[in-house]
Amino acid sequence: MGYDKETVEHLNKVARTLRKDVVISVGLDVPGHIGGSNSSADIVTALYFYKMKHDPKNPDMPDRDRFLLSKGHVAILQYAALAESGYFPTEDLKHTKELGSYLQGHPDVRKTPGIEAGTGSLGQGLSIGLGMALGQKLDHIDRKTYVLLGDGEIAEGQVWEAAMAASAYHADNLVAIVDSNRLQANGRIKERFDSGNIAAKFLSFGWNVMEIDGHDMEEIMSALDRADDVKGVPTVIIAHTVKGKGLSFAENVVSYHNGMLTEETYRQALEELA
Amino acid sequence: MSYTNQRVAYGNTLVELGRKDSRIVVLDADLGGSTMGKLFETEFPERHFEMGIAEADMTSVAAGLAQTGKIPFTNSFAVFAAGRAFDQIRQTIAIGRLNVKICGSSSGLSDFGDGATHQCVEDIAILRSIPNMTVICPADANETVEAVKAITQLEGPCYIRLNRNDYPNVTSEGEKFQIGVPKMLKDGKDVVVFAMGYMVGTALKAAAELEGKISVRVVNVSTIKPLHEDTIKEMTRGCKAVVTVEEHNVKGGMGSAVAEILSKERIPMEFIGIQDTFGRSAHSYQELLEYYGLTADHVKDTIEAMYTMETK
Repeated sequence: MGYDKETVEHLNKVARTLRKDVVISVGLDVPGHIGGSNSSADIVTALYFYKMKHDPKNPDMPDRDRFLLSKGHVAILQYAALAESGYFPTEDLKHTKELGSYLQGHPDVRKTPGIEAGTGSLGQGLSIGLGMALGQKLDHIDRKTYVLLGDGEIAEGQVWEAAMAASAYHADNLVAIVDSNRLQANGRIKERFDSGNIAAKFLSFGWNVMEIDGHDMEEIMSALDRADDVKGVPTVIIAHTVKGKGLSFAENVVSYHNGMLTEETYRQALEELA
Repeated sequence: MSYTNQRVAYGNTLVELGRKDSRIVVLDADLGGSTMGKLFETEFPERHFEMGIAEADMTSVAAGLAQTGKIPFTNSFAVFAAGRAFDQIRQTIAIGRLNVKICGSSSGLSDFGDGATHQCVEDIAILRSIPNMTVICPADANETVEAVKAITQLEGPCYIRLNRNDYPNVTSEGEKFQIGVPKMLKDGKDVVVFAMGYMVGTALKAAAELEGKISVRVVNVSTIKPLHEDTIKEMTRGCKAVVTVEEHNVKGGMGSAVAEILSKERIPMEFIGIQDTFGRSAHSYQELLEYYGLTADHVKDTIEAMYTMETK
């Protein structure tokens, strides 16, 4: 693939920082979506700090790439990426979900700079992203819209309405990324509600499909770059990940979907991410 | 250009506005031939999106288009526009106050043949309970033209409820339309009737038949939300009773919205509408309206009963 070693190392470091920010913004004794944030952290890092054209000083710049968090419950991860990019102070992250905070439990397009869409009711982000991709095409803006979905989320039927529509409209400026951590809120996807072969499904809907290790920075970068060369069809990157990645006590543990940190695990988390 | 059908007025007005404003885009879910989105499609194929039979997706796609500075209009039958896509409207449009216009076509009983599945008697109640929404139901085709122009100027989400059938206009062509301001179409001093949509004409007919007997004031409530409180109160001044008339469930509809405003006014009210039941098939619109008591005779009887009771 041949990415500059320094760049990759830097991105891995940023990803660790985002994970640390997530821990800090969850804080102590209140539940937070730690598991899904950590499975998505490398992908979100590659988007904000490598791939996307965006400007923290001018969040509404028309000629920007757009990112939507369809799995809106991991807003804390996006807030970390936005803060570390310079959209707002990182010190504010610890006020997430406080009454009156501009950092809501789920992304709010009116309250937080850099948020493109209100998401939280799962299954709607890909449709919103398609609308943006179609808007970009109407305006002859040669940029992309990236949508991050969860693999539990794809049980929502609207995802497949959007998949069908994106294909029908040849939305090659739409890139979906499925964070496939194999866990949903109440257990293992395979055991709770087997969503089957995700790649085969998207393929049958006419999408260009890639599968990667969602924690290998170079693989993520390469997949995002290769999506640029695809013409006429939308691209989905199925990223195989580990829920809770980076925190030994949370990796693959269902209860950290919306889990609580104790003084001990909080300290341990910061140590492991140092 | 004068129309006698709200859908035709709507479709043509979108085309007219679309010529001047390239931000306007239109989305249909395989009902463009009925919603009259097809007129826009013919004129501006690149700005019309056939989204297939997928109203949820259509509604969220419109949200995305709005976020790129477009003014999207989504079209479907009211029952799908407001019912099936409720969560999408709430989550992706209303919370963010996005500039999406949702058209609920073939509303109320106006799709007379299709029966309960297609006859939407709940849309006003659903939509007006969502914060940030503006809810409009024009009285006729003439008012539809002006309402569509007005909501295009409005920055924010809006629902517009339209009737399927042809019927004569009760407002004049080009009459000024102001979002939120109910308009008195006939003055009177004894009983005030607040009416919505097709029922405005029915109320005017009832009022005319009572002329010389009971003096009836008729008010067209074409914006259900935001509803101008002072105007509603002002319109009841001097009257002994209030009657509301709507082709919608009396639970949560226009009558309820008026009652919320008048709750402290100590004035007796009667609600004419669909009495918390579903629609059903019929061979004609008129037959169905009669079945549900949405007739000038019933409005007249109700006004008379209220008046007699209050003057005893």
